[in-house]
Amino acid sequence: MKLDTNTLKKIAHLARLEFDEESAGKMTQDMTQILNWVEKLNELNTDGVEPLTTMSSEVNVMREDVVGTHLDHEKGLKNAPQRDSDYFRVPKVLE
Amino acid sequence: MNMIEETKVKTLDIKVKNKYELVIGLEVHAQLLTNSKMYTADSTTFGNLPNTNISVITLGHPGTLPKVNKRAVEFAIKMGLACDSEITRKNIFARKNYFYPDLPKGYQLTQDKNPICVGGQVPIVLSSGEKKSIALTRIHMEEDAGKSIHLAGEVDTLVDFNRAGVPLIEIVSEPDMRSSEEAYQFLTEIKKLVKYLDVCDGNMEEGSLRCDANVSIRLRGEDELGKKVEVKNMNSFRNVARAIEHEFERQVLLSESNTEIISETRTFDATSGTTASMRTKEDLNDYRYFPEPDLSPVIVSEEWLKTIQDNLPPLPRELFEKFVLEYGLPEYDAGVLSDNKEIALFFEALCHLTTNYKAASNWVMGPVKSYLNELTLHIDDFPISITSLASLIQLIDAGKVSYSAAAQKIYPAMLLDPKKDALEIATELNLIQESSEDSLKPIVESVLKENSQKVLEYKSGKKGLMGMFMGQVMKKSNGKADPKVATKILTEILDN
Repeated sequence: MKLDTNTLKKIAHLARLEFDEESAGKMTQDMTQILNWVEKLNELNTDGVEPLTTMSSEVNVMREDVVGTHLDHEKGLKNAPQRDSDYFRVPKVLE
Repeated sequence: MNMIEETKVKTLDIKVKNKYELVIGLEVHAQLLTNSKMYTADSTTFGNLPNTNISVITLGHPGTLPKVNKRAVEFAIKMGLACDSEITRKNIFARKNYFYPDLPKGYQLTQDKNPICVGGQVPIVLSSGEKKSIALTRIHMEEDAGKSIHLAGEVDTLVDFNRAGVPLIEIVSEPDMRSSEEAYQFLTEIKKLVKYLDVCDGNMEEGSLRCDANVSIRLRGEDELGKKVEVKNMNSFRNVARAIEHEFERQVLLSESNTEIISETRTFDATSGTTASMRTKEDLNDYRYFPEPDLSPVIVSEEWLKTIQDNLPPLPRELFEKFVLEYGLPEYDAGVLSDNKEIALFFEALCHLTTNYKAASNWVMGPVKSYLNELTLHIDDFPISITSLASLIQLIDAGKVSYSAAAQKIYPAMLLDPKKDALEIATELNLIQESSEDSLKPIVESVLKENSQKVLEYKSGKKGLMGMFMGQVMKKSNGKADPKVATKILTEILDN
């Protein structure tokens, strides 16, 4: 299975990734390899097999509705590339 | 483009419009009234300082693991049961992937293939009296996003994550509605239900209830659905109705001018009452859903479901039916009384203490509600006990006090001094009616004696004088004569 350029562009856009012509070529190769590898799994007959969604066999791991400790406001904002005393700041998303 | 569309709208002919059928489906998001968030223990309290109800999970830090809030699941099930939905026994969560600054993880934790509630219906009543049932597609659980703040003159967008992760249910209807009124009634019923169930405060202006409308048109008689347009950003039921009306006209005009209707997302502008396209470029609506590997499945056991079912409060439509069928009330009364759960339960309790249901209804819809409205009080803060109110109704029914004395004198006095019971106040205020014939007869006789000339006129046919005699009797008895008894004595004497 070969990944075409349009699919690559679409996936790159959805993942907000940008690369030049050369890297795009390399990326196409890598992704084709990955797809081929995953393709191998399709050889297996999975009729009637429930999809595996978690690695653990546990179910109903739930919390009671109780408020716990919060992350300190300052600590929460610490790693933000841009911030002020109250908010995370991001490039304007609305005109 | 939009400008041209909007001006054309005004010239739409009603006959042209009638050629088309309006088709509406709604998506309603309800913020759940839990204490903590959907997948973390952060508080959901509204109005705290920005970015204080946060945790590493909310902020999407690597290596953190979400954990489901049990009560949020129960709230979703409650809503499903109230809408006759089928409850999914094995629930798997899903990631909905997209980038937006208010979504720190890069995906929303929601449900995709197996929503917790499947199908169901919401009955509505239209102003014409017509009854209709709106089918639901699904109700699923998910989390809210943070809040982006765009300030004028500010170069950046500010983001507050207090709301990120607050539990939501999304209620999705089938494209079953055919008018803006039906959409409005559907929303009214949803709001009533979430409030009855105590799962959401139902406040659309504050955003705890949000609605997107999918609107399309087709020629009448056509089976196939038209291209749907999703309209967002309506902050009241009325604006949902306005947005739908506008969309209807806009789409009819496009169709009439042979212009293709594009399946797109549009935003409603409340000032102009119009909608505008939100995205100019073609929309890459590819959310790449996949099962959430960090959350184990939630299995709804028979036992758990039964506990939730058993604790379900009475539903508005059940109370409505009971009020009409069992208490014999007019549908109007039943509608007003069942509109609000607390009022409905107050009325129910009152009806356990009196069998004069219509009088009970009149008291609750009239004096009780107007007192609450005037002081913007909740029924829980109503000072008079249900027992006292029932005994007041009893006093009137027994002819001990007149309705007007009860409503104008005793009831206000009870509000001021709720500890005293109705009879006590009536006695103190000297309002107990004289209803024994023995004591009223001499009063009537003396009135007639003093007005012998009028009695002759009455007997010669001036029957209208009866009112004057009654007035005199009331005056002489200091307003305490029971009008029914007094009339009876008067008629007996005069007509013999």
